[in-house]
Amino acid sequence: MTEPLVRLKSVSKSYGGVPALTDVDFNCEAGLIHAILGENGAGKSTLMKLLAGVIQPDTGEILVSGEAARLTSPREAARHGMVCMFQELSLMPHLSVGDNIVISAPRTRFGLLHPAAYDDARAMLDRIGATGISLSARASELSLAERQLVEIAKALFRKPRLLILDEATSALTRKHVETIFDVLRDLKRQGVAILFISHRMHEVDAIADRISVFRNGRHIDTFDVGTRSPNEVINLMIGRSLEELFPARAATPNKDTPVVLDVSDLSWNGQLLDVRMHVRKGEVVGLGGLDGQGQQYLMHAVFGVLRGVSGRVEVNGKQISGVLPSQAKQAEIGLALVPEDRKTEGLILGMSIAENLRLAALGRVPFGILDIENGSEARIRQLIDRLSLTYGSLESPVAALSGGNQQKVVIAKWLALSPRCLLLMDPTRGIDLPTKAQIYRLLRELAREGLAIVLQSTDYEELIHLCDRVYVFYGGRIVRELTGDQLTPNALIAASMNLPNSASAHS
Amino acid sequence: MNLLRRNRSLAITIVALAVLFAVFIAIHPRGFSTYVITIWFNQGTLLGLAAIAQFFVVLVRGVDLSVGPTIALTNVVASYLLLGSPGAITFGIIAVLLVGTLCGLANGVAVVYGRIQPIVATLATGGMISGLALLLRPTPGGSVDEALSDALTYDIHGVPASAIMLLVVLLVLHIPLRRSPLGLAMYAVGSSEQSAYMTGVRVTRAKLAAYGASGTFAALAGLYVSMVTLTGDPGIGPAYTLNSIAAVVLGGIALSGGVGSPLGAVVGALILKTISSLMFFSGLPPLAQPFFEGLVLALAIVLGAFGMINVRNRLELFR
Repeated sequence: MTEPLVRLKSVSKSYGGVPALTDVDFNCEAGLIHAILGENGAGKSTLMKLLAGVIQPDTGEILVSGEAARLTSPREAARHGMVCMFQELSLMPHLSVGDNIVISAPRTRFGLLHPAAYDDARAMLDRIGATGISLSARASELSLAERQLVEIAKALFRKPRLLILDEATSALTRKHVETIFDVLRDLKRQGVAILFISHRMHEVDAIADRISVFRNGRHIDTFDVGTRSPNEVINLMIGRSLEELFPARAATPNKDTPVVLDVSDLSWNGQLLDVRMHVRKGEVVGLGGLDGQGQQYLMHAVFGVLRGVSGRVEVNGKQISGVLPSQAKQAEIGLALVPEDRKTEGLILGMSIAENLRLAALGRVPFGILDIENGSEARIRQLIDRLSLTYGSLESPVAALSGGNQQKVVIAKWLALSPRCLLLMDPTRGIDLPTKAQIYRLLRELAREGLAIVLQSTDYEELIHLCDRVYVFYGGRIVRELTGDQLTPNALIAASMNLPNSASAHS
Repeated sequence: MNLLRRNRSLAITIVALAVLFAVFIAIHPRGFSTYVITIWFNQGTLLGLAAIAQFFVVLVRGVDLSVGPTIALTNVVASYLLLGSPGAITFGIIAVLLVGTLCGLANGVAVVYGRIQPIVATLATGGMISGLALLLRPTPGGSVDEALSDALTYDIHGVPASAIMLLVVLLVLHIPLRRSPLGLAMYAVGSSEQSAYMTGVRVTRAKLAAYGASGTFAALAGLYVSMVTLTGDPGIGPAYTLNSIAAVVLGGIALSGGVGSPLGAVVGALILKTISSLMFFSGLPPLAQPFFEGLVLALAIVLGAFGMINVRNRLELFR
């Protein structure tokens, strides 16, 4: 057997005495797509960071093509051909797309950046299907999905020998994911090694040749795709089966159940066109469709983030058009929004868990003082228990938590206000399976207790298994409403692409 | 059109400058003449160079409180060295630029390796640099070569020499800043240091270069002060520090880093100079002038933020 491209020999790494990786042996071979599975805290990100040069191992060594390599910085790692596309996006917001890509591997002529480098950047974007993204657009002007595409182009631009993709496609739609998978298969044929981390099992099945499972910082097993059933794989990761992921659906609320949120003829800036939808008490309603078809704007419009919205929004029969978020969260209206990007819109990363939890309650009561007497602190503790948040101390910064636990903090801070209607924007993006399952169970329970829930998601399984009804968006309009038996993958995909009903008729 | 949209704030600033300048010429007793324009440009160049010095540090997310002291020190050094044979003067100019660059690099080292907040680091180094200037020349004095001074502060066929100089500086800076790996790295580091590090940008080098360039331009400003005043004065620093920050803000350079251009800094400096000249000729009582100067500055900044009024998505206000 030839020497693998990268070999980890009994590598260990711990943070402040807490082991993150323990005695890991791991090989990564050229021309192979290798998926890494494991729940949060299993050591996947630590492994990635070691390979990308962000951190260094405490003990053990990393061999690249058989030679010991010291990966002391991302720059040094890239010199060895190891390039990582991180879940935490690494774009410079004020730079243009072209500059962002070109600066990762600058080529010069007469001391200046070579114009041809920008042509290559363009070609790379086109290759991964991002033809609509202009090189001169500023990174901060792009949507999350577009930024992710640029990240991928940027990683590919550096011509890696080992490409590490950490939740690289979490915000992308199926069509884009397909294009990128084709590119990855091309790269594989050219002998590039690819490490692929994703929480979407169907993506791993579709692209990976080999799977390694990590649990509690240890490398548990490595096997070829197809040699284990999905349930066996999940059991290896967590010791739990797929059926447990989604809670049983409750009885669908009938026509007599009061409508909590009623939206009619809502339009905004050409991005939302005559949207009409409603949510009843105790109902989980999904908003589906391809990325950027107006779902996100509907959430923002209802919560008062957008200016110049026309149409009616009613909560409990009361017209609330034109409110601001600070008014929408008041008890009389009772809306809560879990935003799309938890790191920038959902949390204040430098503040402690406790401070973040108290933030939403600010402004509901004078100075928040009355809140303490009302026992809302006790309520927060109760919520934390209910969400089974894993944390060191409530005073530790929220930035130290894993993604899943951060999302729980965002949800908890809004639930502390006892809202009537909870709006969630892609709440499980980039979150591991067990935490997903916990969030699903929680949403179901909350619905049973009478909360009206609107769930915007890019994950079809979520829409199908968790929601009572799904509105499908296309070009700023709701093109279809799917209920009960109509809620099938085929129907959902057909509706997302605004195809006639025939596709769903077969299923 | 696209170009205009992207540079809207710069375009607005330039229009504001044009309007202010027109008003200034209208109320100036001597009107539009080579003399008035040359004086105006000379003063604008002093602050413009200081603003470019400030620009480099602000670009990498810092604030440099030692811009003024560095100008003072280099001005003092120039008042000793810019005399004698052309060879001696050339040596003097190089020495002055070197002194300024070293001051800037010292700031860079304190910020990059000492991991000290820029505002604190430059406050300390600024104090030291001011002290050096005072030790070298306790009271204003010295002299510089008058032929050189004349060449740089008068006009060439009606065009102020300082305007030509400023234009050359801006042209020379433009391409390397936007199109060289090092220049782009400065923008990248200012935009997001963490992302830049992850991208494999040489963060340390970019920051050191930015601080060094800041020192070089402060030295250019110090040199030009010597050309205009013909002496060395250790006490000129404080006004330049604060005005350079104001100029940079006016010129659309974000204090949060990663945004702006030397052209913006220079336009900001010219606006600031025009406002204070306007006050001088406005006939307002001298004691009321600082108030109105501040008011006009505030209005100019509000004008620059005009784009925010049309934002349809409130989230964009926070970006």
